[in-house]
Amino acid sequence: MALTDRDRRLAAAIEDGLPLVERPYAEIGARAGLSEDEVIAGLARLRDLGVIKRFGVVVRHHELGYRANAMVVWDVPDDRVADLGNCFGKFDFVTLCYRRPRRLPDWPYNLFCMVHGRARETVLEQVEFLARSCGVTDLRHEVLFSGTRFKQRGARYRRGEARKEAAE
Amino acid sequence: MTVAARNSIPALAGLDDLDRAIINGLQGGFPVCDEPFAAVGADLGVDGDEVAARIENLLAVGALSRFGPLYHAEELGGGLALCAMKVPEADFDRVADQVNAFPEVAHNYARDHAFNMWFVLATETPEGIGETAGRIERATGLRVYTMPKLQEFFVGLRFEV
Repeated sequence: MALTDRDRRLAAAIEDGLPLVERPYAEIGARAGLSEDEVIAGLARLRDLGVIKRFGVVVRHHELGYRANAMVVWDVPDDRVADLGNCFGKFDFVTLCYRRPRRLPDWPYNLFCMVHGRARETVLEQVEFLARSCGVTDLRHEVLFSGTRFKQRGARYRRGEARKEAAE
Repeated sequence: MTVAARNSIPALAGLDDLDRAIINGLQGGFPVCDEPFAAVGADLGVDGDEVAARIENLLAVGALSRFGPLYHAEELGGGLALCAMKVPEADFDRVADQVNAFPEVAHNYARDHAFNMWFVLATETPEGIGETAGRIERATGLRVYTMPKLQEFFVGLRFEV
C-alpha cells in the first residue's frame, strides 16, 4: 500500500517527538491540519504499514550503563540464515539481528547481531551462550567491540520529511 | 545493578523507581489514545502530569534520546545502509572528521577490527546511498563497503534499568 500525502504530513509532524502535553495527539493534529481522531487513526495506519517501527521511549544505552556494545558477525550458509536469525532473536541480550550482503573477499560475514552488555566479559559469555544454544559453535564469527562513538543522532531528510534512525 | 554501581553512571544517579518503571515500560510502546499520559499514569499510580514531567526530565538528563516514533526509513522512501571502512590508524582522526562532515552520516562508531569505522548512511532516496558512498570515497581516498539490510529478524529491543 502506498503512502499518501496525509501519511507523510503526519510522519513529519511527529518526527521530533511527541509533545509533553495532556492531549499530545490533538497538538500533533493542529500541526498537521488533522483532527485528534485522524491522528490516532493515522498513527495506527503508519504502524500497520510498517512505517513506524517502534513508538515509545528510546534509551541512550551508553548513558544507562550498557558500555560494552558488540557487533557480532557470522559467516552462515545462505540456506541457514533465516533459522539462525530467528534463533538469535529469541535472546534478550540480542538487540538487533540483520542479514546483510557479504563483501568478498574482504568481508565474508552475512549475519549481524548487536549484543549490549554492561561489561565486555559478560558480552563474550553471552556470545558463547548464543553460539551453543543455537548450535553454531562451528561457524566462523567475530566480535567487534565499539570504541569511540563519534556521532549518534538520527539523520534527517533535507526536505524536512520524517526523521530516520537506525538503532545501530 | 547495585545502587553504588548505578550511582556511578551519571544519567542513572538520582533516578527513582518511577523513572525506572517509565523507562522499562515505555520502551515497548506508548498508548495512542486521547490522554495517553493519564493512561500510563493510571498503571503506575500517578497522574498524567507526573508522567509527562518525568519523561521531560529523563530527556533532559540524557537517559532517553527520544520520545516518539522510530521510522523504517525504507518505508518512507529513503535509503539506509550500514557502511564500513578500513582506515589506516594514522589517518583515523582525519577520516573520521571527513566522514562525519556528511549530513547523511549517523551513528559513526570506531570498532576494534581491520574494518575499524562503522557508520549508517541515511539518504532521501535509495539511490542516494551509492552516490553518497562514492562522494565519501572520493573525499577520503578509501573504499566504503556498503552493507544494507537484506532481512531483519525480530528482536525485542529493551534495556532494563
